[in-house]
Amino acid sequence: MNIRICLLLGAISSLFFFPVVVYPQDLLKGSEVHGSMQADASYYLTDPKTGITDSTLAGQLIRMNAFTEVNYSLGNFTAGLRFEAYLPPLTGYDPQYNGVGVPYWYVNYKNDYIDVTAGNFYEQFGYGMILRTYQEWSLGYDNSLRGLRVKVMPFKGMTFKGVYGVQRYYWEPYKDFNRGIVKGFDADFYLNDIFTSLKDAGFKLSLGGSFVSDYQQGNTKDIPSNGKILSLKLPENVSTCGGRFNFNLGGFNWFTEYAHKINDPSALNNYIYKNGDGLFTNLSFSKPGIGISVMSKWIDNMGYKSDRTVTNNMLNINYLPSITKEHSYALASMYPYSTQPDGEVGISGTVTIHFPKKSAIGGKNGLSVAANFSQVNGIKKSQVNDTTIIGQIGTLGYTSSFYGIGSEVYYQDANIEVTKKFGKKWKGIFTYLYQTYNKDVVESHAPGDYGTIYSQIGIADIAWNITKKHTLRWEVQGLWTKQDKGNWVAGLVELTISPKWFVSLMDQYNYGNTDVSQRLNYYTLSAGYTHQSTRISISYGRQREGIICVGGVCRYVPATNGITMTITSSF
Amino acid sequence: MQSIRILVLLFFISVASFAQVGVFTYKKIPTVKLKTVKGWPFTSDSITNQGKPIIISFWATWCKPCVRELTTIADVYDDWVDETGVKMYAISIDDSRSMTLVAPMISGKGWDFTVLLDPNSDFKRAMNVGPIPHTFLLNGKGEVVFQHTSFAEGDELGLIDMVRKLNRGEEVK
Repeated sequence: MNIRICLLLGAISSLFFFPVVVYPQDLLKGSEVHGSMQADASYYLTDPKTGITDSTLAGQLIRMNAFTEVNYSLGNFTAGLRFEAYLPPLTGYDPQYNGVGVPYWYVNYKNDYIDVTAGNFYEQFGYGMILRTYQEWSLGYDNSLRGLRVKVMPFKGMTFKGVYGVQRYYWEPYKDFNRGIVKGFDADFYLNDIFTSLKDAGFKLSLGGSFVSDYQQGNTKDIPSNGKILSLKLPENVSTCGGRFNFNLGGFNWFTEYAHKINDPSALNNYIYKNGDGLFTNLSFSKPGIGISVMSKWIDNMGYKSDRTVTNNMLNINYLPSITKEHSYALASMYPYSTQPDGEVGISGTVTIHFPKKSAIGGKNGLSVAANFSQVNGIKKSQVNDTTIIGQIGTLGYTSSFYGIGSEVYYQDANIEVTKKFGKKWKGIFTYLYQTYNKDVVESHAPGDYGTIYSQIGIADIAWNITKKHTLRWEVQGLWTKQDKGNWVAGLVELTISPKWFVSLMDQYNYGNTDVSQRLNYYTLSAGYTHQSTRISISYGRQREGIICVGGVCRYVPATNGITMTITSSF
Repeated sequence: MQSIRILVLLFFISVASFAQVGVFTYKKIPTVKLKTVKGWPFTSDSITNQGKPIIISFWATWCKPCVRELTTIADVYDDWVDETGVKMYAISIDDSRSMTLVAPMISGKGWDFTVLLDPNSDFKRAMNVGPIPHTFLLNGKGEVVFQHTSFAEGDELGLIDMVRKLNRGEEVK
C-alpha cells in the first residue's frame, strides 16, 4: 500500500514539480488552462397550499446540480473534460440524472485545413433540422455525440464535416447496441469565396447539403395494440438528408433549408411508416433604423432520435426549434410554445424600428419599437384509406400535401414592445401581448381536457438610474384570461449597485383563479454578488409550476418552495 | 489521510506554479469559426483592432440584461471609439430559433458595433462562458485582461475606465 502511495506521489510530483523546476518555459509556455463551474443547490420546504408535503419531498430536502469544466490548450491541441454531479437532481430534472461522473471529454487538433475531435463533441449541420448536438444546462439537456468528428477545409470557401458516434443518455454507457449509432456528413460551399469571378459580385450565395444515418439494431418489434400483439418490421438504418442555401443582396437575406427523412416508426410517431419532411425559410431585410424578418416553417413527422423507443427530451438527433418569439418576462412566458414534431406549419414576422434622437417620433432621446406576430397550426392530414384511421400504428399513418395547413390553431402570439428613454435617468420598456395557446396539443393532453387559452398581457419595465452606480428597476405585469387559472398580476423591484450587488423582490399573484384556495402569491426574494466572472446568488420563495423553454426544448418545472443558491464562475 | 493531505498540497502547489507561468491568462483567444450576421464565415482570430483594446460581449436577443447592456453601450459607443479607439464585438449565441432575428434587431436598434453569430455556442464554450451577459476586455496584444458576468447599469463606466487605463499603459485588475 505504502509503495503504491509512494509511486503515485512520485508520479504526480514528476508531473507537476519536474517541469516547473527543470524546464518550465519549454513545457508550459504557450499552454493555457481555462474552465468554468456552476452549482445550483436548493433546500426545499413543505408548502401544503401548492401540494408540497413531506411525502412529495420524500426526505430529499437538499438537492444539487453542479458541473466543473476544464480545458487545456497548447498550440493547435486542446483537451478538456466536464465533471457533473446531481446529488440528487433538482426537482423538475429527470431523476435518471442522479449520480456523478464525467459525461464529457475530448481531445482536439486543428489547423487551417483540418479539425479533428475524438471524444464528445457538439455539432450542427446547417439550420440543425437533421443534426444538432448541444448542451443547455438550465434544461438538463445534453445530446452530445461521443465518437469522432473530422472537419476539412481544403480550399477557401469549402467546409466538409463527418461525424460518427453515439449520443449521451443520462449516465447509461453505450454497449451492445443499446442505442443507435449516428453517422453524418455535411458540406458547405461559399460561392463568392470559391469563384474569384464572384468575389466582387453584388450578391453573396452559399449552398450546403447534409446526410445523416442512424443505425439501431433490431428489425422487429412486438407491440400490444387493441388486445393483440402487432409484430412490426422496422428499418434498422434511418436516413435523413437536407439541402440549404443562403442568398444575400444588399440589405436582403434569404435562407432556406429543406430536409427529408425516410420512414422511421418510433414511439414518438406511434410507429407509423410515413416519411418525414421539413422546410424552414427566412427572408429578412435590414437597413439602418429598420429591420424586418419573415419566416415560415413546415414540419411533417420529423421527430428523429437515436433510440426509437424514447419519448422524452433525450437522444434527439435533429433540432426543431419553434419560430415563435421567445419571451423572458414572467407572465409573457407563462404559456410558451414548443414545436410539435408530428406536424405543424407556422409563420412569424418581426419588425424593429428605431426612431433616432431629435426626430419627430424619437423625441429628445430616441424610441425603439419591435412588433412581432406568429401563428402555428397543425398540418392537414388525410386517411390513407377508408379502413385506416389517421396515425394508426403499424400503417403509413396518413397522407399530407406539402404546406397543407390544418384548421387547428396550436399557438398565436401578437406582441409589441416600445423602448423609450426619458431624460438621462429614466428608461422604460412597455410590452403588450395577445396569446392563444392550445394547451391540449402543446402539453400533450387528450383533446378537450383543457382547451385553448386566450390571454392578454401588459408589462411595464421602468429603470431609474439614481446615481451612476445605483439603479432601481420596477416591473409591473398583468395577465388576463378567462381560461385555465384566470388572471395574474406580478410585480418586481430590483436594486443593482454596479458592479457587484443586486437585490430583488418579485411576486406573482394569481388573483383571478376560480378556485379561491389557489389564489396564491408566488414571491421570491433574491440577492447576488458578482466579482468579475464569479457570481453568487441566493433566493428564497415559492416558484409556480410551469414550463421553462430554451430554444426548441422545454422542461416541466413543478411548484417548489425553498432556498436556492447558485454559484457560477469561469477562469 | 496523510497521503490525501500531501496530494491536496501538491495540487495547490501545481496550480500556483501553473499560474506563475500564466496558464490561466488568455494570451490569445481561441480560434473558432463564427458567422457574420449575413451568414458568412468569420474566424475568431480576425477579432483585431490594430493594437487598441477590444471588448467582446456575449449576448442573445432573448436575454433582457444583455440587450440592456448593449443598448447602454450603443448610446455612448461613438464617443468611446472617438476617445479611445476601442472596438466592440457582440457575439450572439442565438441558435437557429432566433439567429435570423439578429441582423434585423441590430438595424432596428441602431447599434454600430460589430455583431457575430455563434449559433451552436462553439465560441462560448471555447471561452468558458456560463450565464450571459459575459464581457471580456482584451488589451492591445489581444490578451484577456478582465472579464465580467452579468450587467448592472454603471458597469459600462468601469469598462471604459479600464480601456483608458490600458491606453495609458496601466495595469488592469
